[in-house]
Amino acid sequence: MKSLSLKFIAIYCCIVISFSCKAQDVAKGKKIYETRCLACHQADGGGVPNMNAPLDGASNVVGNDVARLVRIIKNGYNERIALDGLYYSNAMTANPDLSDADIANVLTYIRTSWSNKGTKITAAEVKAAKTKK
Amino acid sequence: MKNLKIVFAFVLVAIATIANAQENAGLKLPTGFKATLFADTIGSARHIAITPNGVVFAKLMYPNKAGNSIVRLEDKNNDGIADKINGWGKYGGTGIYLKGKSLYATSDNDVYLYQLNDKDEVVDPLAPKTIVKGLIARNQHASKSITLDGKGNIYVNIGAYSNACQEKDRMPGSKGMMPCPILDSAGGIWKFDGQKENQVYGDGKRYATGLRNVVGLDWNTQTNSLFVTQHGRDQLNSFYPKLYDAAQNAELPAETMYEIKEGDNAGWPYVYFDPYVKKKILSPEYGGDGKTEGGKDAIDPTVFFPAHMAPNALLFYTGNQFPEKYKNGAFIAFHGSWNRAPLPQEGYFVAFVPFKDGKPNGAWEIFANGFSGLSGDDKVKNPRNAKARPCGLAQGPDGSLYVSDDSRGSIFKISYSK
Repeated sequence: MKSLSLKFIAIYCCIVISFSCKAQDVAKGKKIYETRCLACHQADGGGVPNMNAPLDGASNVVGNDVARLVRIIKNGYNERIALDGLYYSNAMTANPDLSDADIANVLTYIRTSWSNKGTKITAAEVKAAKTKK
Repeated sequence: MKNLKIVFAFVLVAIATIANAQENAGLKLPTGFKATLFADTIGSARHIAITPNGVVFAKLMYPNKAGNSIVRLEDKNNDGIADKINGWGKYGGTGIYLKGKSLYATSDNDVYLYQLNDKDEVVDPLAPKTIVKGLIARNQHASKSITLDGKGNIYVNIGAYSNACQEKDRMPGSKGMMPCPILDSAGGIWKFDGQKENQVYGDGKRYATGLRNVVGLDWNTQTNSLFVTQHGRDQLNSFYPKLYDAAQNAELPAETMYEIKEGDNAGWPYVYFDPYVKKKILSPEYGGDGKTEGGKDAIDPTVFFPAHMAPNALLFYTGNQFPEKYKNGAFIAFHGSWNRAPLPQEGYFVAFVPFKDGKPNGAWEIFANGFSGLSGDDKVKNPRNAKARPCGLAQGPDGSLYVSDDSRGSIFKISYSK
C-alpha cells in the first residue's frame, strides 16, 4: 500500500515536472517566435494570405515530418510553397544561429499554440532531425 | 439535378440579398455615396475591367470553383447586382485591361489578348493571342499589372523577386548587391507593342526602373503619362534592430505613387522614402544608417502614404457621376498591410487623392472603408481576419466606381446621387 502511494507520488511528480518544463519551453519558444517569426507569420499564427504561410491549423506544422520543419527554420525557404491547397510566395529568412534547444522551443510553441495540438519537440529530436536528409 | 440547380441558384440569390440587406454592403462612404455588393464569392478577384456597356471582367489569382480564372459579370436588370456570371481561362494572374474591344489579361509570365464581340462576349476564349511571353516570375512580386497608353503601347510591371536586393534575400546582415542585377529584367515597368504577338524581353523596352513592386498603375489622360503605386520594402527592424524598432518599421518606408517619364529611376533597392523627413534615405543593405540620404538620380514620389498598406490598384477618375472634387483625381485600393505587426495593421480601404491640372491638389483621404468587416473602428490585427481586401478598381460607363477583392471574392459598386 505504501509502495503504491509512493509510486503514485512518483508518477505525479513526473507529470508535474514534465508539464512545468513544457511550460518553460513554450515561454522560451514564444519569445523566439515574437522576435523572429511574428513579423511575417503574425501574432495569431495565421500568416498572410498568398504570401506568408499560416502556422495555425497547418497540417505539416503539426505533422510528423520534424526534419522538414527544422530544415525550414534553419535554412529558410525561397520557393513557392503549397500548403493545404493554397500557395505562399514570400521568401523566409534563414535562422542558422538558433541552437537545437531554441529550435525545439520555438517548434514546441508553434505546434501547441492557437488551435494547434501537435506534440512537443525536444532538442535531441532537433539534433537527430538535422542528420536526416 | 435540375431541381438542385434551381435550389442552388435560389440559395445564391438569397445570400446576395442578405449581404445587400447590410447598408452599403457594409462599407463606410462619404455622404451621398451608396454601395451594392455587385458580386460575391466569385474567386480571388485581382484587377477588373469594364466595357462601355457595363460588362465587368475580373482576373482571378487562382481558378475559382467553376475552374475559371477570368470571370465575366453582367447586370442585366440594372439593379447594381450581377445576375449573369460565367467565365473561362485556366491560368491565375492579376492584370486585366480593356481597350475598345481588346481585352488584355495576364498570367505571372505572359500577356494575352482576347477579342470581344458586339455583345461584349469573348470571341475565342480558348485561343487568345499571346502578346508578351517569358517574363520573369520568381515567387515574390510575380504578378503582372498592365495598362495601355493612347498610342497602342502596353505597360507591364515586372516586380523584383527580392525585398532589398540582398546577396541572400531577407537574410539579416546580407549586403545589397551593387549594382543590383535584378534590375536588368525586373524591378521596373516594361513597354511593349499592344498588338504584336509573341514579344519577349528583347522586343520591349525598360520604361522605368528602381520600382520594387508596382501592382497599381494607370495611364493619366490629362497629363498623358503613366502613374504607378509601389509596394515599399519590408522588415527594416527585423534585419536592422539596432537602427529601427518595431514602431519605426510600422511607419517606414512610405508607400509611394510616382508619375513616370520614360527612363525614370525610382531608386529601389538603394533608397527608400522616409515620410517623416520626406527624403530618400540610403537603404541599410547599402550602408545606410537610417539618416543618410541617397538616390540623387532617383525621382521623388508624387504622393506618399503610410507604410506597408499595399496599394494594389490605381485609377484616375474621369467620370461625371461623382461630385466635382473627384474629377481627374486618383483612387487607390489598399490591399492592407502585414508588416506593421506587432502593431495593428493599416489599409484595407480605398483612398482618394484630389488632382488639379495633373498634380495632387490636397491631402489623401480614406474614401471607402469597412472592407475588413470588423465592427466599428477596429483595426485589422491579423491579415487573415480581414473579410475583404481591396485589390482592383474600375470605372463603370455611368461613372460608378467598382472595387474588387481577392479575399472574399467580391466586387462592390459605389455610386453617387444627390
